[in-house]
Amino acid sequence: MEINNEIIEKHGLKKDEFSSIKKLLKRDPNLLELGIFSAMWNEHCSYKSSRKHLKTLPTKGDQVIQGPGENAGVIDIGDNDAIIFKIESHNHPSFIEPYQGAATGVGGILRDVFTMGARPIALLNSIHFGSPEHYKTKSLLNGVVAGIGGYGNCIGIPTVAGETKFNKTYNENILVNAMAVGHAQKDKIFYSKAKGLNKSVVYVGSKTGRDGIHGASMASAEFDENSEEKKPTVQVGDPFTEKLLMEACLELMKDDSIISIQDMGAAGLTSSSVEMASKGELGIELDLDKVPCREENMTPYEMMLSESQERMLIILEDGKEERAKKIFDKWDLDFVIIGKTTSTKKLILKYNNRIECEIPISALSTKAPVYDRKWVKKKLPKNKVDFKSLTKVKIEDALIKILSSPNHSNKNWITNQFDQMVMCDTAQKSGADAAIIRIHGKNKAIAVSVDSSANYCKSYPIRGGKQIVCENWRNLISVGAKPLAITNCLNFGNPENQEIMGEFAECLIGIKESCEFLNYPVVSGNVSFYNGTNNKNIFPTPVIGGVGLILDLKNKLSHQFKKNNSTIILIGKTFGHLEQSAFYEEIYSLTEGEPPEINLNNEKNNGTCVLELVKNKLVNSIHDVSSGGLIVALAEMAIGSEYGIKIYKPKKLSNLYQYFFGEDQSRYILEIDKKNLEKTEKILKDNNVFYEIIGLTQKDFFEVDGELKIDTKKLYNLNNKWYNNY
Amino acid sequence: MNSSVIIFPGSNCDRDIAVALEKMQFKNQMVWHKDTKLPKSDLIVIPGGFSYGDYLRSGAIAGKSLIINEVIKAANDGCLILGICNGFQILTETGLLKGALLRNKNLKFINKNVNIKVINNKSNFTNKYKANQILDINIAHNEGNYFTNKDHLKKLIQENLIAFKYCDKNGNINDDNNPNGSIENIAGIFNEKKNILGMMPHPERMVDNMISNSDGINLFSSLMN
Repeated sequence: MEINNEIIEKHGLKKDEFSSIKKLLKRDPNLLELGIFSAMWNEHCSYKSSRKHLKTLPTKGDQVIQGPGENAGVIDIGDNDAIIFKIESHNHPSFIEPYQGAATGVGGILRDVFTMGARPIALLNSIHFGSPEHYKTKSLLNGVVAGIGGYGNCIGIPTVAGETKFNKTYNENILVNAMAVGHAQKDKIFYSKAKGLNKSVVYVGSKTGRDGIHGASMASAEFDENSEEKKPTVQVGDPFTEKLLMEACLELMKDDSIISIQDMGAAGLTSSSVEMASKGELGIELDLDKVPCREENMTPYEMMLSESQERMLIILEDGKEERAKKIFDKWDLDFVIIGKTTSTKKLILKYNNRIECEIPISALSTKAPVYDRKWVKKKLPKNKVDFKSLTKVKIEDALIKILSSPNHSNKNWITNQFDQMVMCDTAQKSGADAAIIRIHGKNKAIAVSVDSSANYCKSYPIRGGKQIVCENWRNLISVGAKPLAITNCLNFGNPENQEIMGEFAECLIGIKESCEFLNYPVVSGNVSFYNGTNNKNIFPTPVIGGVGLILDLKNKLSHQFKKNNSTIILIGKTFGHLEQSAFYEEIYSLTEGEPPEINLNNEKNNGTCVLELVKNKLVNSIHDVSSGGLIVALAEMAIGSEYGIKIYKPKKLSNLYQYFFGEDQSRYILEIDKKNLEKTEKILKDNNVFYEIIGLTQKDFFEVDGELKIDTKKLYNLNNKWYNNY
Repeated sequence: MNSSVIIFPGSNCDRDIAVALEKMQFKNQMVWHKDTKLPKSDLIVIPGGFSYGDYLRSGAIAGKSLIINEVIKAANDGCLILGICNGFQILTETGLLKGALLRNKNLKFINKNVNIKVINNKSNFTNKYKANQILDINIAHNEGNYFTNKDHLKKLIQENLIAFKYCDKNGNINDDNNPNGSIENIAGIFNEKKNILGMMPHPERMVDNMISNSDGINLFSSLMN
């Protein structure tokens, strides 16, 4: 077949990219080779637009065992225990086919984690939908939630935390980000780098079918009205097979049979073989006649580009083949030696005794294009909202409206569809600031949380990027955990648009600043560009997934009030910043202005001091102040608790709306026993932390002196009704 | 006391139940589904999960597996058998327990803590509980909606073969506190000889106060009794 312009374009390659391919090969590629280039050079696999900026992120620290570049990041939590984790997007497939798209998103991220030798112990998700009124939203929500649950429940890994948000910016392009966290022995971690010549390259897992061909390329282009036609590029998941694959791999990993292992994710057999060879600076030769196929007459092109799920590529030590095969036989999985490592530094594919493809590995990896895309700085919002010009609402009415809004409602409707308890180590489930998972058989635990703030990032990307890392940091501290490291999923629009590229570059500047200051490095991540339809791009939505450590599970904390008549302390300064707040958005539909500024010094100092108080066992409950401000945070502490609160009127800030709904950063609410107050205040003062005593817990009622008094049961009901009525 | 836990491909609560049994001083062994011989056991547990991916119908394929013939033989010889969640579904597929588990009435997977009431505390599985004791226990299933025919239901009631019923925290049993649509709010049943218990809730998830509560402990200590 002659390679013409139409075929090149269909493969998502630009003309100059095709010229580079010819130069690298010193000839024209055949169709199979073109397909392989397209799979490796697309945005999803090559990070060609983002690489330059990603390089600036801090990725090192004493706690880091492995940073970005492997299947997932690895951190040290002491006692030879390592935590392996990563977040990844499955936005495009989930919009086209929500159940399978979301399910295979979970399956893919789990493989990234157990490929490295970890037993997965927790799943998280960050899902963003269009406005609830949009005609697609309800079915997308139902499908995505069922898909996430369908996969995680079946494989038996608890889905413990997540966030669900609605905004019309996602009407035509939803976001489905899945994070997996696993536990491994520090001295038993497996990498993808191939080593040694003539080693067996083994294919294990499911058979290869025609599903998901060019999935990664699909995820590297914008949608248009014909996107539905892309359904065949969405993979179909089988969590049952993944469970078998996981158990078989973990069983094989008990000794030293494996030299290197890589899951077949995006771009399937192509990317896994190239990745292993590239890292090992070797060549790889595959005999495609041996690839287990689900369908008849599959061509080399289809085999190499299929994204069929639940498959792995393993390079084995000499003489270990028989033992390995026995394990995969036990689990009824395919196990076929399909090739070997070579010294050629080339990807050579044979089929019917003919060489069908011969490409230097470097052409597909290190020599893949890297772009320094043009970007422009964000024009920052100049206008401030004139508060006085707004129609007045009662504080009580505003509070109720926010608490019963889709974005602030209790999400039990979603989380009850996920098995959160399987494995019996979930010490705190969804709905808390962070979930807590015990390390099996030990007293220590990890805390995990995923967070995003698209509104903040849209109006002021640097500040938004900075804020979201801090918010995530705060959420871990709020359950008593020491934050260790993050993974990020960077969901943006079309990088060829200079403004969008600017949003990306500036969000990363913000993320970098916070991560550096807080010693909170990025150890893994994923970039998803081209989130948009017909030139309408989504709001910039970086999602941060953080992991922290709780040394003694007995010290874990949650946000519900625990006792009657205890003192409520607000840590951090309240200035009353209302722009970009939930109050303006939910009550007045106003989205103008800048998000609140963050002082990283205060952020770090406040957080560190809160952990000090936790360590001294002075705190009954903690909640960070975030979307909705102080009053929403306090209401959340009362909801689901037997206790309410009596809040004093502020002494300094006379505008109660600013006081209650302002979203000033770096703030925590602490519930302290009266007997511990003196000691607490001393520690706060010694550390120069700003704090105010703002109220006392009481039975049954949520009350602001002279302003409002609501039964906490009513708050609970208001907070719980939206999903059930949707 | 010797216990065996059967592992099918797709079982995923096998480790959880093994941890609970060992904590309660059982001498436990794991048994692979392709095995054709059972170790000497006083108790056989069929754990929760998605055996064979729930393909065809939950529990259907496991109900025809090699090891299950041995389980049936042991049951007929009076060995104690506990089927939890998918294990309950498998027991109904083998015919060791009658009735069937249909999809939840809301057609969604449900994971949450619910209350159940101990209806019959005179069995090897429940003798450490008080009669009508209310437990707070986790459920996690897609097909937990127990159904059986009129004659069998009558028999279950007359012969006191209902082990647990869903209720509210005060013990009221009605539609509002029936999470999955089970007939008569049934959460667990015995066979005629009461040596087999099938239940949808997960007692193995309720044996550790650091994680949940200890409402499941008495089920295991009853067995030890």
